[in-house]
Formats: sequence, structure tokens, C-alpha cells
Amino acid sequence: MASRSRDTLVYAVVWLACFAPISWLAWRLFSGELGANPIEALIRQLGVWGLRFILISLAITPLARILRRPRLIRFRRTVGLFAFAYVLLHWTSYIGLDQIFDWAAIGKDILKRPFITIGMTAFVLLIPLAVTSTNAAIRRLGPVRWRRLHRLIYLIAPLGVLHYYMLVKADHRPPLIYATVLALLLGWRVWDRAGRALRKTESRAPA
Amino acid sequence: MLIRRASDLTENDVTPEPIYRRRREFMTGLGAAGLLAACSAPEEAAAAPLKAAASRYSTNEAKTPFKDVTTYNNFYEFGVDKDDPARNAGRLKTRPWTVKVDGHCARPGTYNLEDVLKGHALQERIYRLRCVEGWSMVIPWIGIPLADILRRYQPTAKARYVAFETLHRPSEMPGQRRAVLQWPYREGLRLDEALHPLTLMAVGLYGQTLLNQNGAPLRLVVPWKYGFKSIKSVVRISFTDTQPRTAWQVSAPQEYGFYSNVNPAVDHPRWSQASERRIGEFLRRKTLMFNGYDSVAPLYRGMDLKKFY
Repeated sequence: MASRSRDTLVYAVVWLACFAPISWLAWRLFSGELGANPIEALIRQLGVWGLRFILISLAITPLARILRRPRLIRFRRTVGLFAFAYVLLHWTSYIGLDQIFDWAAIGKDILKRPFITIGMTAFVLLIPLAVTSTNAAIRRLGPVRWRRLHRLIYLIAPLGVLHYYMLVKADHRPPLIYATVLALLLGWRVWDRAGRALRKTESRAPA
Repeated sequence: MLIRRASDLTENDVTPEPIYRRRREFMTGLGAAGLLAACSAPEEAAAAPLKAAASRYSTNEAKTPFKDVTTYNNFYEFGVDKDDPARNAGRLKTRPWTVKVDGHCARPGTYNLEDVLKGHALQERIYRLRCVEGWSMVIPWIGIPLADILRRYQPTAKARYVAFETLHRPSEMPGQRRAVLQWPYREGLRLDEALHPLTLMAVGLYGQTLLNQNGAPLRLVVPWKYGFKSIKSVVRISFTDTQPRTAWQVSAPQEYGFYSNVNPAVDHPRWSQASERRIGEFLRRKTLMFNGYDSVAPLYRGMDLKKFY
């Protein structure tokens, strides 16, 4: 019982943490603190937070393994869904606030601007992951297919970082920091797999 | 009673917003050590009011609020974020200030700012400013037509271009400690562009001297070109016979050309230039050719502006 209420508390903290950036953004937006061009600032911040949540979701598995806390894994879905929510808001504000539903201009942007093409691709690829995040969907797909589908994130995350890198005018340091973090997170997986494969062959070797 | 007609009044007859905003601060400061501090404060920290004559080149569009003009800036010498210049530009010392004039002219030399400005009458020019990033403002500049300034140095027949340089002083311009762009920031104009009556060398805006984040003490304003052409905190003016290299051209030649005229038909490779968001407005506006300054069109007669972007 005690552990269950503790669990609820931990969940509440995670949820609050995930809601913090959007609350902070909304507060700044309505108090006029987003500067002279609030729409641009809002879109940029939502995108950056979407990317951050994607990276956090990718950090959970390595953390759970390194810290030997397998129960951390349960937060992957929460964080992943928040990542989708932030990216969805990022996308919606681009469509609705920046372009004001000018579909012709949006279509042209998607076709002609590689950074928009890439961002749009990443967004579309995120949709099936969000849709299949329910327990029922996991059951329906079966764990093998579900896991295979969700490996799409290994494509989506680099696309997201590339999208950010390509829109920057001159100072590429911020997107390069994200790229480094992503490389570490993906690199750990490669290293971990290689290690496991090696152990497997070693254990099969005759004594 | 003398009633002045509204058309006689310019922005300069009004107490500038930041000054009247400081009334209370001033009054409370009077009582205490504030007075002493106010007297010993470096001159550049406070903007001084400027008188200027109205100009027929001004637009009557609604002006962008002073707060937005002075807090939303691209001035990478002080950081790459829009609010960085307002936060980081306070340390820049703009006195003394000299401008080196060199190249193909009869009177090269290093001139004190006072001497550069002396004898010229200030004008107020309310211009549209269109940033290459797709936003725009309307700013009441105060300055001197660049042509008047340049003619004093007597460019020779060899002079075909004018090159400009921004101050390079990393100790006071923290953004210069990283090579985000190649420092010093450089810009340039063809001589006929520089001599065009719309081209202004600004020393103030909103009825007072420029704040550091807006390019104090001396900056260029070329209203029909994207904002980055309007180089800030100018310390060097050179008359050249070859087209000068510019900071953004060096940084990304396929994206930023020498001309960089506002042109809704020529997109930036990464975004459309067909429309813009006026700061303070929600709906986008159509971007106008030459930012609506059609009188410059003859400068580019016969040129393929897709090629010479």
C-alpha cells in the first residue's frame, strides 16, 4: 500500500515536470514576456521542448540499465507521449499561428524547404508511435511488432535534430549539443548490443 | 493662443518614451546618492534627446513600439538571441568614437564622430525595416543622408563601392568571443546605392540617440534591403573599386548575396520571402518589392535580381 501511494506520488511528479515547460510558456505568452515576436518564440520553444522530451525518452532505457533501476522504464511512455504533445503543438502553431492555415504556402514549404520536409516527416512518423501507445494497441500488435514499430524513434530523433540544425542561421552550437546527446544515447545502444552479443557467443563457447 | 498644426509636430517634439518613463526614477534618485551617480554616469549609458526635421521620405504607417525596437534585435556581436543585445550591450563604450575613412577618396583619415557629423542637419526618417527572417518593423530613425557624409570625403572616379566595418572589441562585445560570423562584421553597397537619397546614416531613433543594441553611435539604414545590410556601430568606411565581401555572404554565400534587396519573388533557400509578420500584428503581410521603396528600381534596371540576390 505504501509503495503504491509512493508510486502515485512519483507519477504525479513526473507529470508535473512534463507539464512545467508548457505552463511556463503559456504564462510568458500571456504576460507578454515572449518578446516582440511571440509567435516565433512560441513555435521555437515548443519545438525545442519536443526534441528535449524525445531525447529524455531515449535516455530512460540506458539510465534504467546503468542505475540498475528497471522500474524507470515505466516512464518511457509518459515522456514519449509528452514529446508527441509538444511536437504536435509545435506543428499546430506553425500551421495555425505562423502560416495561418495558408495551405498553399504550407504545401510549398514542405516541398521546397528541406528543413520543413524533414520536420514534417519526423512529425508524421511520430503519429503511429503515439497511436500505438495504449496497452490495447500493444496487445493487438504483439510485443515483437510493437517494438519493431517503435524503433522508428531511432529515425525520428535524428530527423528532429537535423530539422533544428538546418533552420539555424549561424550559431550551430545549440543543435550540435542536441546532436551530441543523441549520438551518446544511440551509441550506448550499439555498444550495449555488441556487448550482449559478445557475452552470448562467449557463453556458448566450449569450456 | 498659438495652436500648432499637427503636421508641424514630429516624433521629436514628444518627450521620448524612455525618458518620461524614468520620471519617477529620476525624482526618487534626486534625493539620494542617485544624483551623484547620475552626474558621474558614463555618457553613453543614457540616450540624449535629438532634434530633427521631418522628411518627405517618411512613411505614415504605425510605428513599432519603442520597447520592441530596442529589445528585439539581431546584433550578433552581443549574442545570437533577439533579447541578447538589449541585455549585453550595456558595456559598450561609444565615446570616444572614431571612423576611419580610406580607399579611393581625396580626404582619407581617421575622424572623430563629432567631426563626421558636424555641419550636417539631422532628419527624421520613418522607414519600414524588413528582416531577412520574415519580420518587419516601422522605425523613426534620426540621421543624415549617407550621400552628404560620403561627399565630404570626395570619392574619386575609381570608387565604385563603399565598404563598412563594425567595431571589433570582444571585451565589450561578448558575442565576438565566438566565431559565429567572421569578425569584424562587414557590409557594402554599390556607390550609387550608397548615394541614393533614401540611404541614411542614423545616429538616433524615437527622438533620441541610438541605444547600443540598435547600433550606437552610428549605423547605416538601407530601407529597401534586408536588415542585415544596415550595418551597426560603424568604425570604418572604405571606398573600393571591387565589390566588398560582406559578413553574411562569407558565412553562407548561397543564402545571402551582396545585393540582398527585399524581393518577395526571390526566396531564401530555406524559407519564403513572399510575406512577413509586422511586429505587433498577427496576420502576415505581403512583402513588397524593394520593401515598397520603388524609387530605387532604376538602380537595378536590366539586372537579373534572381541572380544578383
